[in-house]
Amino acid sequence: MKRKDPLWKRNQIFHRRGIVAFFLAVTVLLLVMGGRLVYLMIFRSEYYMEKAEELHERERTIKAARGEIYDANGTLIAANRTVCTVSVIHNQITDPDQVVEVLSRELSLEPDAVREKVEKYTAREVIRTNVDKEAGDAIRAYHLDGVKVDEDYKRYYPFGELASKVLGFTGSDNQGIIGLEVQYESVLKGTDGKILTMTNAAGIELDAMAEDRIEPIPGNNLILSLDMNIQQYATQAAQTVMEEKNAKAVSITIMNPNNGEILAMVSVPEFDLNDPFTLNVETEGEISEEERQNLLNQMWRNPCISDTYEPGSIFKIVTATAALEEGTVSLDDTFYCPGYKLVGDRRIRCHKTSGHGSETFVQGVMNSCNPVFIEVGQSVGAERFYQYFQTMGLMEKTGVDLPGEASGIMHKLEDIGEVELATMSFGQSFQVTPLELLTAASMVVNGGTKVTPHFGVAVESADGSTIRRLEYETEENVISEDTCEKMKMILEKVVAEGGGNNAYIDGYRIGGKTATSETLPRGTGKYIAAFLGFAPADDPQVIALITISEPEGVYYGGTIAAPVIRDIFENILPYLGIYPEYSQEG
Amino acid sequence: MGENRAKKRKEKRFYDYSLLAVIIFLCVFGLIMVYSSSSYSAELSTGNSLYYLTRQGLILCGGFVAMIIVSKMDYHQYARLAWLAYIAAIIMMLLTNFTPLGREFNGQKRWLGVTETLSFQPAEFVKIALILTLATLINRIGRGIDTFRGLFLAVALSLPPFILVGMNNLSSGIIIAGIAFLMCFVGSKKKGIYIFAVVLVLGAAVLVVQYGDRLVEWGILEDYQLNRIRVWQDPEAYASTGGYQVLQGLYAIGSGGLFGRGLGESIQKLGFLPEAENDMVFSVICEELGLFGAVCVILLFLFMIWRFMIIANNAPDLLGALIVVGIMAHISIQVILNIAVVTNAIPNTGITLPFISYGGTSILFLMVEMGMALGVSNRITLEH
Repeated sequence: MKRKDPLWKRNQIFHRRGIVAFFLAVTVLLLVMGGRLVYLMIFRSEYYMEKAEELHERERTIKAARGEIYDANGTLIAANRTVCTVSVIHNQITDPDQVVEVLSRELSLEPDAVREKVEKYTAREVIRTNVDKEAGDAIRAYHLDGVKVDEDYKRYYPFGELASKVLGFTGSDNQGIIGLEVQYESVLKGTDGKILTMTNAAGIELDAMAEDRIEPIPGNNLILSLDMNIQQYATQAAQTVMEEKNAKAVSITIMNPNNGEILAMVSVPEFDLNDPFTLNVETEGEISEEERQNLLNQMWRNPCISDTYEPGSIFKIVTATAALEEGTVSLDDTFYCPGYKLVGDRRIRCHKTSGHGSETFVQGVMNSCNPVFIEVGQSVGAERFYQYFQTMGLMEKTGVDLPGEASGIMHKLEDIGEVELATMSFGQSFQVTPLELLTAASMVVNGGTKVTPHFGVAVESADGSTIRRLEYETEENVISEDTCEKMKMILEKVVAEGGGNNAYIDGYRIGGKTATSETLPRGTGKYIAAFLGFAPADDPQVIALITISEPEGVYYGGTIAAPVIRDIFENILPYLGIYPEYSQEG
Repeated sequence: MGENRAKKRKEKRFYDYSLLAVIIFLCVFGLIMVYSSSSYSAELSTGNSLYYLTRQGLILCGGFVAMIIVSKMDYHQYARLAWLAYIAAIIMMLLTNFTPLGREFNGQKRWLGVTETLSFQPAEFVKIALILTLATLINRIGRGIDTFRGLFLAVALSLPPFILVGMNNLSSGIIIAGIAFLMCFVGSKKKGIYIFAVVLVLGAAVLVVQYGDRLVEWGILEDYQLNRIRVWQDPEAYASTGGYQVLQGLYAIGSGGLFGRGLGESIQKLGFLPEAENDMVFSVICEELGLFGAVCVILLFLFMIWRFMIIANNAPDLLGALIVVGIMAHISIQVILNIAVVTNAIPNTGITLPFISYGGTSILFLMVEMGMALGVSNRITLEH
């Protein structure tokens, strides 16, 4: 019935066998593929899913506001201003030419530089940060595809130059570069928030996907002991004397000697914190980038803590304290000054070449007589004197809450011979920082307590709900009460009747010590005039140190430095609630 | 003649409706997946998210009509024209490879035509022509295929299309070689030489993977070919270059898990995965429908291939059986290779998934092949 190919019929068996074998092979291979899928989709699923998530998730940070800085009166001295970050997303740009044109115009950038970034194949390319809000709004108004304007915060310092070297400033990434902004980076810096979104390959967010939002935590606020009113007054005073004396620099530090709270720290010339990368000095011709950076570092440098100098006569406070404490000298001991003193084979002159003649120890301090102090130093001896360097903190950093602090440069004990001991007694042949000296003097006038000078007083959460007071190390009774009382008395006499007379204010009890030291290296005819003053002398509430570097004309500390402190004290003592105790009879 | 017809009318003629059903199912499923995987990129590049879907849909409608017509034709009739088709195929390939009529797309000269819309991939036609030609040849020489002369003839016939296609399209070349191999294997009684050939190919593959460096030194292997093997071995090391596509595919597959993200919910298709609607459509299936969906698709293909086996085994004559075997070989090789590539089981080579991947020429000729298979099934008479 059926018409079939006879050959086919005969061969059908082996053909069928071949076909079945082929089918079985296909089945096995497809099973293998199925197994491969099970492996990929069950056992490797987590791995690949994670990889895919990584690829799809776009993270956008929400910048946290940096903590603000307030002075002792609650005045805002470091604030935040809204600025914009302009970036482009390559995949989303539809009209590159327009984007380049608008961005280069609005941001005053080279069109070629902008074009390079626009054409770069990256997910997101930042064109410029720290763009003013107005410029950012202007760019946003163009509604250009692929151009993103994100708001960000930028530091703003309402007081401009005031306390510039203390406060410091932040860089483009809002991270502290110098000063307190660096020291308190971890306090001030907030935690950035995040928006996690799913995106397609072009980086466009997918609406349907849930977005994860982590709110930013703003940084904590910092409250300082710095008082901007005092700072401002001291800055003006420093500025005035710098101009009058055509000095290179003038530094003033004002501190509460009892707890180490710094009320003002001035180093003129200061710089504008809102424009910290512009040099405040004229440069001659073109300078290299390295030279420029050096000049900037010089400008940012805080000499009160970073520069060491020979303290000169102010250091006699330490010598006298050591001698009184060791009992090697008493107030009434008499000395004789012929105008010089022979130490070994050297003849060390007194600043009064005709000599002070016969004088008591107190008079010797008032006269700032070098031969007296050489003898006093000798009476203490190198070893014990050296110990006072240590206990009074002159060999170590003060621990002030600022970066870049230097510590004194001192002889080794075994290197201190007769001449070294003699010169050390009146503050030469070694170096300290002004703040080290001020801290040592504070110890003498506050009753013997070693304090840590500092600016930061408290840390406050952004909403003001929690406040943490900052603690600093103090060490009590380093010097005996008795010695301190004697020293205060002597130093008050220095101002009332001695070389510090120019710091005298009617009705106030002021203590102090002048100094005039040569700049190092010696022999250039350049000097540093300095004065250390404190008030009230019987119960000091404020202590100040001024150094005037390289003044022209008269360079004596008593003549040019003491009046500045008087001027400042006259103004800040009533401000601090310290009023004249008596008035001079007319 | 009259008597024959009268007899035929009485006979109950078979028609493989299960095959037809699975074809229709795969085509419709393919349309859904083409839309799902292409709508995003279509919207981006043409502004019309339905662009690929409508093109594929229209060609599929035409293909479906062609399939029905072919399935009603007697394969003995058109098999007589096999030599004509063969010559036409060779001419087309020559035109594509060596004349300006060959059009380049994505750097590969695989298209023949005058404009972009009026062009097709002759390689797809070559496959049909070769199936018909080999079926006719083996049918004619019968047991002669077991002789050296017969085998030589079959190889001589297969070699020109293999070389011409393989020049620009290695994967199609491999399919052509595979079809020829399997047809001869089924047609001959002596299977030993074929098993030997398989062992030889597998050995060569191992050799290439193991000693690729030296083979490149000796000039046997091209640098870019070795590179593909290196990428296959560790796609993550070449994530931004050669491994990108495979890796993106693996991300998609791995993200699928057991039940997938849901139809239309693939994220990898949103610009991450190149050729999502084409070679890589299977990874989108995995991502959207999960392991469950992917296994269902594999089972559908297996069912289809099983139907081919049934038809081939019961075909009224050797010619019909061999035609179906050729088609069966074509579909099986392509499905296995595609899934293997997508899952990175073998080095990457561009190959589409039959019925599901987007591609006009491919789907049109596939439908013609289905028509041929259905036509053979229609010649089976049921004994009652």
